[in-house]
Amino acid sequence: MMMTVETQENESYSTSRAYIRAFSAFWGVYKRNKMGVIGLCMLIFFVVVAILAPIIAPYDPSREFLSSTLLPPSWIHLFGTNEAGQDLFSQVIYGTKASLTVGFAAAFIASTIGTLIGITAGYFGQLVRDLLMRLTDFFIVIPALVLMIVLASVMGSGLTSVVLAIGLVGWTGTARVVMSQTLSLKERAFVEASRASGAGDFYILRNHILPNVMPVVFAQTVLVVANSILYEATLTFLGLGNPNQVTWGQILQFAFVSGAILTAWWYVIPPGLSIMLVVLAFSLTGYSLDLVFNPRVRKI
Amino acid sequence: MVNLAYVARKVTGLLITVFLVLTFNFYLFRVLPGNPVTLLFRGVGLSAEQIRELTSQFGLDQPLWVQYSAYIRNTLSGNLGISFQSRAPVLNLVLPSLVNTAILLSVASFLSIGAGIFIGIVSAWRRGSKIDITASATTLVLYSMPTFWLGLVLLFIGVIYLHLPVGGMMTISFVTIGALPQLADLTRHMILPLMTLVLGLTGQYVLVMKGALLDVFTEDYMVTARAKGISNSKLLWDHGFRNAVLPMMSLVALNLGLSIGGAVQTETVFSWPGMGLLIYRAILARDYPVLQGAFLVVTVAVILTNFVADMLYPLLDPRVT
Amino acid sequence: MLEFENLRTYYKTPQGLLKAVDGVSFTLEKGEILGLVGESACGKTTLALSTVRLLPPAAQVMEGRILLHGEDLLSKTDDEMKKVRWKKVSIIFQGALNSLNPVLPVKEQIAEAILAHDSISRDEVDKAISRLFKAVRLDPGRRNGYPHEFSGGMKQRVMIAMAIACDPEVVIADEPTTALDVIVQRQILDLIRNLRDDLHISMILITHDLSVVAQLCDKVGIMYAGKLVEFGDIFSIFETPRHPYTQALLKSIPKMEQTRTQLSYIPGSVPDLTGEVPACRFYSRCPYAQKLCAETEPKAEATGPKSHVACHFWRDLKSH
Repeated sequence: MMMTVETQENESYSTSRAYIRAFSAFWGVYKRNKMGVIGLCMLIFFVVVAILAPIIAPYDPSREFLSSTLLPPSWIHLFGTNEAGQDLFSQVIYGTKASLTVGFAAAFIASTIGTLIGITAGYFGQLVRDLLMRLTDFFIVIPALVLMIVLASVMGSGLTSVVLAIGLVGWTGTARVVMSQTLSLKERAFVEASRASGAGDFYILRNHILPNVMPVVFAQTVLVVANSILYEATLTFLGLGNPNQVTWGQILQFAFVSGAILTAWWYVIPPGLSIMLVVLAFSLTGYSLDLVFNPRVRKI
Repeated sequence: MVNLAYVARKVTGLLITVFLVLTFNFYLFRVLPGNPVTLLFRGVGLSAEQIRELTSQFGLDQPLWVQYSAYIRNTLSGNLGISFQSRAPVLNLVLPSLVNTAILLSVASFLSIGAGIFIGIVSAWRRGSKIDITASATTLVLYSMPTFWLGLVLLFIGVIYLHLPVGGMMTISFVTIGALPQLADLTRHMILPLMTLVLGLTGQYVLVMKGALLDVFTEDYMVTARAKGISNSKLLWDHGFRNAVLPMMSLVALNLGLSIGGAVQTETVFSWPGMGLLIYRAILARDYPVLQGAFLVVTVAVILTNFVADMLYPLLDPRVT
Repeated sequence: MLEFENLRTYYKTPQGLLKAVDGVSFTLEKGEILGLVGESACGKTTLALSTVRLLPPAAQVMEGRILLHGEDLLSKTDDEMKKVRWKKVSIIFQGALNSLNPVLPVKEQIAEAILAHDSISRDEVDKAISRLFKAVRLDPGRRNGYPHEFSGGMKQRVMIAMAIACDPEVVIADEPTTALDVIVQRQILDLIRNLRDDLHISMILITHDLSVVAQLCDKVGIMYAGKLVEFGDIFSIFETPRHPYTQALLKSIPKMEQTRTQLSYIPGSVPDLTGEVPACRFYSRCPYAQKLCAETEPKAEATGPKSHVACHFWRDLKSH
């Protein structure tokens, strides 16, 4: 059952009351899925950690304890230290904020591009659709990571480039989903009625298509964030990030490059585990959202 | 049995796509405003004189279409430029790397498709059982891990506890000993990167196989088949699997791009001398000709593989020609 | 020969227990075609599936017996049923569009049915399939083709050929002509009639189309909302229908001689089979409904040696 926003309903309602009702209806269905709730809790946990990083982290992540290099975990340094003597626990905490920010930013770009392309392809005629679908297929065929590497290299390494690289490559999934959604919406009665009463394309797109596409975009974006976080970690691990900006992938890059991976397991496990848990959280939440908005999707 | 029109269509598609990739590749490195020379030699302080000289040396002062046609001509004749690091022709670096990656990736794909099919079938046939739930949970967890991190963890365990080699493809000194020890040596080097890749890839295949099979189970022809009183194994294979394998094959082709991503990460962690390692080293050294050449070769390889898959698909699905 | 004794098959749904087949009893004699008529979702297909034990997981036979030559099919194990299926009882499903496996040649699909029950050589199988193709008026040269190369009518013929391949005792045809256009329908019906005449097959023909029944059947059972409301030989049903539902059905067939331009129909709709059902299922739509009908379920009463009806007042009703 799609949650449609019928702007032509006769009933009058206050907008905020409607949103509250819609939200509680949504939550009622969402919370039925245990996995989704767990995922959401994990997400909230990480977001809180990211926001409260300056408070939670015991030390400045860049502070070097010169006499304490490559120490295993202890009460002083919960996750141990790296080869420069920096406290890894603080690094992982601060890394949460950077990794999440990059993930969100990249996903935002990818989703925007994907939605724009999807709506255009779905709404306008056959020719436009074919052209855009060819474009999308083209981007799907090119190996994503390799393209991102090339883009990030060319734009100069650093987190901005990473964000752009991921955003410019990762839109294809959203585009496809939005296109098929728009196609089916286009045929629905309220769009035809709107057009019959003289509404222009832009009006229809903005007031009918877009609001009804948003739930699907939202569910899809959550999954795109999961992927973006993975890609950010990979790109920074490969050396395309900013050495001065601590993200989980960056920590792992230092671990690898310094050769510490064969001795210092504490260097490798916490950042990687964090990535895994965050991505898991987003995936669980994303799949549950998909179930809510698209009940025909079978549970795994 | 294969329709000529179908082949012609696919070949045309192939040529167009390859051409588009060539063009895309050309523009990729001209994406930023400003002189590509300053891009290439970032960090090295160049005088205006030097910039001008390098610009003309690289032919960058020519009009764009001249550069483009030169690029196309060069590429089609195998000239992919010269590596900054090693001064060797890019093609000479790329081809052997491609072979090594192909070795790793084809074995890994074979194993993970096989595992995916097997686990997928079991999960579908015994839906909701412990096996099914365990498989699904494991898949989800593995999918949430960055491939390189999985590699790092396996590397740690493998080297410390199993005394497997730290990296590389073979031990140089073994070359003289003989074929069988060489093969054993290759295998020892290959185990960890292979495991990393297989663990990363299998999940997707399990998911699709299970989903496809469950879909097929609800089809009308399954009821007809059961009504005929044929054996369970015939039911599963001739009717279930033969139809479920179709979306599976489509996925394999689609997944190739993602597999390359996994291979890049794996090769970096294990220093496997393939395209991934080549790209990694090129990133570190800002070796743009190598990056450009590698990107081109990898993409064309994926497109060609997709083409081959398209050609083989009608053998599985008689409706397509 | 094939006896249904008080069959009850229910579906478990989130809304409750859906009584799809609720106490149906009748007998199919050897060599006769029995038509099972009723509106959509009155339980006809469920009955067919119950016979070969191919119900979906949500459905379960709660009570009753289905006796084939005295043996209860419902008490057989899954392995035993495999031997029964197709060899003794075969099914032709409606909507042949997707009833054939798209990736196997048609010959293979018929062959596997034969080979599942008889061990004969591949050569013999091929000859048998050619014979079958001829019997259903298909060109045997096309037997190696794939289902998508056949038209709807041709696919249905393939299904029929497949259904008689093992010389079954009973063929259940579930709406064999519904998905086809009128001309092809006619051809299929002629084919079925010829097969009945040549091969003396016993058949249950499930349909909602009374005209099909009139052309082919020896006996008719009228089903409504999971109950068998009337049963008898074709002539008495058509000439002297006893149940109000049967009468209404017959009246609603447009006749060529009719001068009236208005079609008659049965107002109302089938009751929800999950909720509280009134005693007589037809109560809400019956023009003769009385208080008794809402309280007590009408039991099947014999109106002749091989016919019965389930209505409290059948004796008093004039049959039109």
